[in-house]
Amino acid sequence: MSDSKHTQRGLDPEVTQKLQEQTSRLVESVNGGDFAQAMTIINELSEVRDQSLYQEVGRLTRSLHEAIRNFQIDPRNAEQKEALSKMSDASDRLAYVVQMTGQAANRTMDLVEESMPVAHAIRDEAVSLKDEWQRLRRREIEPAEFRELYARIDAFFGTLGSDSDNLYKNLSEILLAQDFQDLTGQVIQKVTALVKEVEENLLGLVVMASHVDQLTGTVHQIEEKEESAEKGVGPQIKAAERDDVVSGQDGVDDLLSSLGF
Amino acid sequence: MKILIVDDFSTMRRIIKNLLRDLGFTNTDEADDGNTALPMLKNGHYDFLVTDWNMPGMSGFDLLKAVRADESLKNLPVLMVTAEAKRDQIVAAAQAGVNGYVVKPFTAAVLKEKIEKIFERIQ
Repeated sequence: MSDSKHTQRGLDPEVTQKLQEQTSRLVESVNGGDFAQAMTIINELSEVRDQSLYQEVGRLTRSLHEAIRNFQIDPRNAEQKEALSKMSDASDRLAYVVQMTGQAANRTMDLVEESMPVAHAIRDEAVSLKDEWQRLRRREIEPAEFRELYARIDAFFGTLGSDSDNLYKNLSEILLAQDFQDLTGQVIQKVTALVKEVEENLLGLVVMASHVDQLTGTVHQIEEKEESAEKGVGPQIKAAERDDVVSGQDGVDDLLSSLGF
Repeated sequence: MKILIVDDFSTMRRIIKNLLRDLGFTNTDEADDGNTALPMLKNGHYDFLVTDWNMPGMSGFDLLKAVRADESLKNLPVLMVTAEAKRDQIVAAAQAGVNGYVVKPFTAAVLKEKIEKIFERIQ
């Protein structure tokens, strides 16, 4: 707000002109010893201030209405009321993303957990059959054992076919479970667009409020809120561009070993 | 070997549980934040703790400090598996006595390496 350009933009040229005229008259009156006149000018000055304040409040009210319309949460409009506040819709949408990604992750893990023992069983039986096969090739097998091996190989080929089918089916289902990316991607893009819109409108409100602050000479003391690293701040976006964040496991390992870990 | 996995997301607990099973650790339990984990640790005779950092209720960092402050738990090996990647946080965790730090997203190989390293040092 100390920016002089900003100050000039914030006040009407008419107002600044009046301020200048009255101030010089005030100085003249005080220097000339005409204090009654000086008091009148001070009153006039404060009137100018009040008037421009009223004007700015009027402008602010109009802009606020405009901004609220842009947010589309005008409570008097039944249609828009029905269409739901976009803001609560946004959190519903994000909840949907959490739900969809959770479902996909669990579906995938179900199928993986189902497939792993199948793959293990195939490997174990193949290893065991291979040993027997080697014995057969070295002619170390009795006729009775051979008949047993013969039946086992037969059964193995049978289950191999159906097991591979099952694995293939599970893999294609895992593939399909990734379709959440398309749906959640669309939802997130919509929410991102809304956040941008809200951001722009809020910025407009901040600019308006600062005009009022200028006219009234209000100075706000805003305490900076810092994220608590102790509670945890979540994943770091754009970690590579920041110095205070490691960019991966190698960064963690380097840092820890520099601490003598 | 009895292991407690603490993470607020059930999918992440399930992933870690699966990876641990592949490494031969089948005796695992789960908790969704420090507040549920701490009583389990005190009564459950666990040999190893794997915890996330950022959780509602009691964070993994507070859990780590609580574990180190508890006479019966202070020697429990703790592996942090977390998305928290600030240098200050990693240093703080090291100073609070963490035994290993894995940053998400991670691979099975990294988890295996860190776990093996922790047990090597203990033995």
